[in-house]
Amino acid sequence: MNEQRIWIRTVKDHIFTLFVALLALLSVVPLILILYHIVGNGIAYINWSFLVSLPNPVGVEGGGISNAIVGTVILVVLACVLSVPVGIAAGIYLSENRYKRLSYWVSVAVDILQSIPSIVLGIIAYLWVVRPAGTFSAFSGGVALALMMLPIIVRATDETLKLIPESLKEAALALGVPYWRTILRVILPAGLSGILTGILLGISRIAGETAPLLFTAFGSPFMVLDPTRPMNALPLLIFNYATSPYQHWHSLAWAASLVLVAMVLIFNLTAKVISTRWKVRF
Amino acid sequence: MKQEKAFRVILGGAVGVVVVIVVAIFLTLLWGSLPSLQRFGLGFVTSTTWNPVTGEFGGFPFLVGTLLTSFLSLGLSLPFSLAIAILLGEFFREGWFAETMRSAIELLAGIPSVIYGFWGLFFLVPAIRYVELSLGVSPYGVGVLTASIILAIMIIPYSASIAIEVIALVPRDLKEAALSLGATRYEVVRTVIIPYARSGIVGGILLALGRALGETMAVTMVIGNKNALPDSIFSPANTMASVIANEFTEATDEIYLSSLIEIGLLLFLVTAIVNAIGKYIVHVTGVERKE
Repeated sequence: MNEQRIWIRTVKDHIFTLFVALLALLSVVPLILILYHIVGNGIAYINWSFLVSLPNPVGVEGGGISNAIVGTVILVVLACVLSVPVGIAAGIYLSENRYKRLSYWVSVAVDILQSIPSIVLGIIAYLWVVRPAGTFSAFSGGVALALMMLPIIVRATDETLKLIPESLKEAALALGVPYWRTILRVILPAGLSGILTGILLGISRIAGETAPLLFTAFGSPFMVLDPTRPMNALPLLIFNYATSPYQHWHSLAWAASLVLVAMVLIFNLTAKVISTRWKVRF
Repeated sequence: MKQEKAFRVILGGAVGVVVVIVVAIFLTLLWGSLPSLQRFGLGFVTSTTWNPVTGEFGGFPFLVGTLLTSFLSLGLSLPFSLAIAILLGEFFREGWFAETMRSAIELLAGIPSVIYGFWGLFFLVPAIRYVELSLGVSPYGVGVLTASIILAIMIIPYSASIAIEVIALVPRDLKEAALSLGATRYEVVRTVIIPYARSGIVGGILLALGRALGETMAVTMVIGNKNALPDSIFSPANTMASVIANEFTEATDEIYLSSLIEIGLLLFLVTAIVNAIGKYIVHVTGVERKE
């Protein structure tokens, strides 16, 4: 290859290998540090009462994050209700009409939607829901999160259904099953695990989102179950506590971070298990 | 037959909704920023004044803040994501080590950004402050550099995961041809793998850039939130996303709110363009077709 002596080239090769391994290992260090800090600072505060009690006012020790946990669950459910049906239907359309001109434009639209920064979706939910309603609300937060989740579900459905062989559909149609029943009773069940994985990944992505909730769900110190009122969420609580000047709140924020990371991790792992154990395979 | 028709209408309606949503998002942003567009015109993008008291708004400092942090973080993360990609795409494709690294990278991508910001605030900011003290610059701790480091950590998984896939796609016979000619592994990487996978790697980097441009919480928490042009990488600044996050709920008068929405519009356009280019490159190099 070149005129260099072989030993120089070998040494270069070794240095390169070492360098690559070193850099790759170094990039895992922040992850270890983050997990170490979250667990180290948070684990001491995690107990049953932390999970089931409400936040205390400033200066009062103790207090929990129950309203934030409930709020996050409600927000995620709202986002799913709003985005999953539309997302799956749009995904079916895309995989069924792959060469239509409309499909191309829908695909472009999904790409654009996916690239929109979450904070901008917060603005949108504010202008669409909060301003007309005149109040911050959990519903507006759900709208913002649904906008984030929609493209993920469309893509997951489309990609999964693409894998299902045409012959399966043709067999159903040949038996005289109407088209809509073929899709709903044959094609969708066959691709269910892929779609489910997509939904779970979408949830794990939006459960930790803070930016679009800042001026939609807004946060609240109370236990709120009414989606038309401002509601707290785990990431919002972490943000508010982390940027507060109170030592005690920082500790609570670490503990809440641990809960949030655990939640996201569980969703991720479940998605992974579903996609490997129960794979769409033909 | 009725159900048949209804089913098709529902499917068509759903895709219609998706398209309408995207168009409506753009129009909403445009409509929301009209007052500011009318008042400041194109000067909005180049003006450096951001003064809510006098009602003078210009987005240039935030544009600079966003571009500076994004490109800095890209530069910082590049060696690391390339190293990961070469390691997992070429050296160790299978086995427990590769699996562990892969899971670690997935986990890195899964940690919510507010937690990155929180960690940055309590670990990275003191560390940077210490460095600044020993360098003799004003020890803010927060600032462009801190934000860029946090961003770099956050975007490593994005550029790495695509680079891993393109590098794994390099045909075996090409590599073996080089090896049989006596090339060392380093030479194979440099003369075969990188050139072959270059455009895919660049596409992945652009997607990571799109992510960095729009990242809000982590940056907001560690950049110092100063509405002025940063004069060095150590000085506090603000990005487009962080200024929206900080000031949107405080924006009481129309022109203030409208200016923030215009910043959102700019951010939307910049990320959409960067992502479109990235997706196009990734698509052309055919990573998506692998599975």
